[in-house]
Amino acid sequence: MNNKISFAGNKGDKVRSDCFVSLELKETGGIVINLQSKVKVVYGDSIIKLLNSILEFFDIDNCELSIEDKGALPFVIMARTEAAVKQLINTGKEYLPDFLPVNSYASKKDQFRFSRLYLPGNSPSMMLNAGVHKPNGLIFDLEDSVAFSKKQEARFLVRNALRALNLYGAERMVRINQAKMGIEDLEYLIPHNVNLLLVPKCEDADYIKQLDTEVEKIKRKHNIKQPTWYMPIIESALGVEKAFEIATASDNVVSLAIGLEDFTADLGTKRTKEASESLYARTRIVNACKAAGVQAIDSVFSDVADMDGLRENVRVSKSLGFEGMGCIHPRQIQVIHDSFAPEKDEIDKAAKIVKAFIIAEQKGLGVVSLGSKMIDPPVVKRAQTTINLAIQLGMLEENWIDRE
Amino acid sequence: MKEHMKLVKNAAGRMVPEKINGEPAIPYKGVGKYIPEGKKHAVTIKSCANFPDDGNKQVESLKQALINCGLKDGMTISTHHHFRNGDLIANIVFDIAHELGVKNLRWFPSASFPCHEHLIKYLEDGTISHIEGSMNGALGRFCSHGKMSKTAILRSHGGRYQAVQDGEVKIDISIIGAACADPFGNANGLYGQSASGLLGFALADSEYAEKVIVVTDKMVEFPCVPWQIQGNYVDYTVLMDKVGIPEKIISGTTKITKSPDRLLLAELTAKFCDVTGIIHDGFSFQSGAGGTSLAVGEYFKSIMKERGIKARFARGGSNKYLVSMLEEGLVDYILDGQTFDLDGVRSMADNPGHVWTSPFTSYNYHGKGNFAQLVDVVILGATEVDVNFNANVVTHSDGLLLHGIGGWQNCLFSKTVILPVPLFRDRIPIITDEVTTLCGPGELIDVIVTERGIAINPLRTDLIEKVKDSGLPIKTISELKNEAEEICGKPVKPKTGDDIVAAIKWVDGTIIDVVRKVVE
Repeated sequence: MNNKISFAGNKGDKVRSDCFVSLELKETGGIVINLQSKVKVVYGDSIIKLLNSILEFFDIDNCELSIEDKGALPFVIMARTEAAVKQLINTGKEYLPDFLPVNSYASKKDQFRFSRLYLPGNSPSMMLNAGVHKPNGLIFDLEDSVAFSKKQEARFLVRNALRALNLYGAERMVRINQAKMGIEDLEYLIPHNVNLLLVPKCEDADYIKQLDTEVEKIKRKHNIKQPTWYMPIIESALGVEKAFEIATASDNVVSLAIGLEDFTADLGTKRTKEASESLYARTRIVNACKAAGVQAIDSVFSDVADMDGLRENVRVSKSLGFEGMGCIHPRQIQVIHDSFAPEKDEIDKAAKIVKAFIIAEQKGLGVVSLGSKMIDPPVVKRAQTTINLAIQLGMLEENWIDRE
Repeated sequence: MKEHMKLVKNAAGRMVPEKINGEPAIPYKGVGKYIPEGKKHAVTIKSCANFPDDGNKQVESLKQALINCGLKDGMTISTHHHFRNGDLIANIVFDIAHELGVKNLRWFPSASFPCHEHLIKYLEDGTISHIEGSMNGALGRFCSHGKMSKTAILRSHGGRYQAVQDGEVKIDISIIGAACADPFGNANGLYGQSASGLLGFALADSEYAEKVIVVTDKMVEFPCVPWQIQGNYVDYTVLMDKVGIPEKIISGTTKITKSPDRLLLAELTAKFCDVTGIIHDGFSFQSGAGGTSLAVGEYFKSIMKERGIKARFARGGSNKYLVSMLEEGLVDYILDGQTFDLDGVRSMADNPGHVWTSPFTSYNYHGKGNFAQLVDVVILGATEVDVNFNANVVTHSDGLLLHGIGGWQNCLFSKTVILPVPLFRDRIPIITDEVTTLCGPGELIDVIVTERGIAINPLRTDLIEKVKDSGLPIKTISELKNEAEEICGKPVKPKTGDDIVAAIKWVDGTIIDVVRKVVE
């Protein structure tokens, strides 16, 4: 009998949509539940029922369980309770919320990833409505935004969120921890349909290969067929030097991202708005990505109030060859989408080129020309990419060519 | 409510009493269905012979004024909420009543605030028998738990004017706190340390109360101009050190929400108004000073600028954002009911584009029309909305009475009523099968905007037609309700006792619903 008291979750005046659970195992006395909840009148009975079913699942017959609830959804209460139980009991059993059928989608290697919104992995309140802001990807972060003492409970929370929270079609991403801890994260994630893993502070192709092996192992065990992509984050001088190796370490790498806070710290310089200190690193990464045939993704823009600054940042980023950027606030999403999306005159020009190409092909001409100008094959390729993007973004109809 | 009451089903299907606090009460009959007969209330004829020849009605203290007014057991005492949470007057009035040993008073405020928690002890010791007016926070809890000896009555701002005008509530003594006044009793809220903008909520009281006291901390020589309260209605004037706490009367500056979820609600609301053509040249709107409402106004502003159009008028408490629209020529007039920040106060003193309104001009249902009904679109809040578009603003889903009605019911007569609300707040679904307390009938509520979809009242076939192909996430209200329950779980209705602790009046003075005692 482990008679210490375990704790999980968050409490305090500012905490919302979360709960704080404390658990003490006893020899006798049956199950005692102390529920304090701001939704007690409406959901008190169902919370008690849920807690009893969790305790029964873990074969706990005698205990005192106290919960301070601030309107946590059931999947949160489950995660917090399981986290408290597992500090006291050694068991391989998992108390899983039902997997929402709408969450079973896969993502494609080359789908666009303009925006990806970071969500602190141990803060349920920020997760609940994240999907309605329609980012391309949602990242549950187990790394920097989770305090060391909360790492384990965040794994349960993120696992349950992956199952029970509707992400409204956003690519389902998790930023795992660094090194060995990141490998340990996998069993909480892979069985629950993660589309993409962000690999922080990546400096080493071997780590990606190791990740590949471990992910495959778990997938085989759980008979998972859907792909799991990787987005290594380059955050150090060494990482920049190794960018191409990392990008080509596995077929599952779909992009490299750059993390400028850590990178500039590693350089021993300050991060500025103009970002000239990281220009080399960024262009180097873009180059490595293009050489490897993967997407280059830029760092987050951290001043959430400065939308003009963000817009300018994206403009520069796009001109360097980046194809997406991280977000730390939902209001950044629209600005990033608008700025990475092709502009109308770009689409119009691309449409003319693609059309000229099709006509040339139909006529069996070896050369594509527009007016008096010859069009080189790479120009046609770029135009086709622009058109595909415009169609995916709903800026152009799929059958545009028939409508011309 | 301790007495045993006979209940009848009103036109909204709610069981309501036929008598409240011993007075007959009329059950709600439907929108526009109840037309009262008879004459308005009138006060006793007064004569200048009984007032000072020099017009100086100033007495040495509020206590003296109350004694002169004949304060006694069972009277109805009114105060006003122009000083909001910085009000000192109501508490002092009942301190005096307590000191004088007066009992069983009916407090008839235009609204109460958390600062009035002080009065709970007088509700407990019988100085005050009950409150007719909004109850926030602690007072609401006290009432919800059935601790008030009589039944509370909640009215809208317009309903309060109507009740006074129609003689449903006869005010014995009205104490009007004013930022600036003269000894004759002319008063306004524009100048002085306690400036709050307008004094419209005290208008009915000045006209219809038997005795009127004006209390100020800035007494100027006659004439105090412009006068918002006319001295000819006033019995006594009093100068005090302080009538309010300035920083709690007016916030230095109102702020737009930073919450991404609320901003999304505001953005969707504005987009809805844009695609449906509600935002057009010469239109009118009202949105309050809450974070989401302010954000709606800012989205309106950018749409109007983009389209090169302007609004004829905006109703609403002035604030820095509305004032900037006035100054940029995007609205011709602001129709002010109250003022929310210092930019509002400043602009009101300088800019002729401000129009003073009162619950009489804006909201009174027993008049020959009112301004609220002329507004093209109003953006309001709610604690709950049900699948029939009925809405609640006074209680929460756990049954606790925590908010007043304000002008909310009166604004439902605007041409389009939009409620931007989250689908759930801290696990509590906002869209439910049936509202805990009915405050506004669904036939007057047109659009519910949530972060997960927009529901349009089926009665508004015109709006439904206009949003086709708009790309907006249109859903049925039942779909939204089901979505909320899938996320949060099916909510359980609170257990309530039989005791009726409060009655909710409709704009015409009928009883639309009641609030029952909360059982722990």
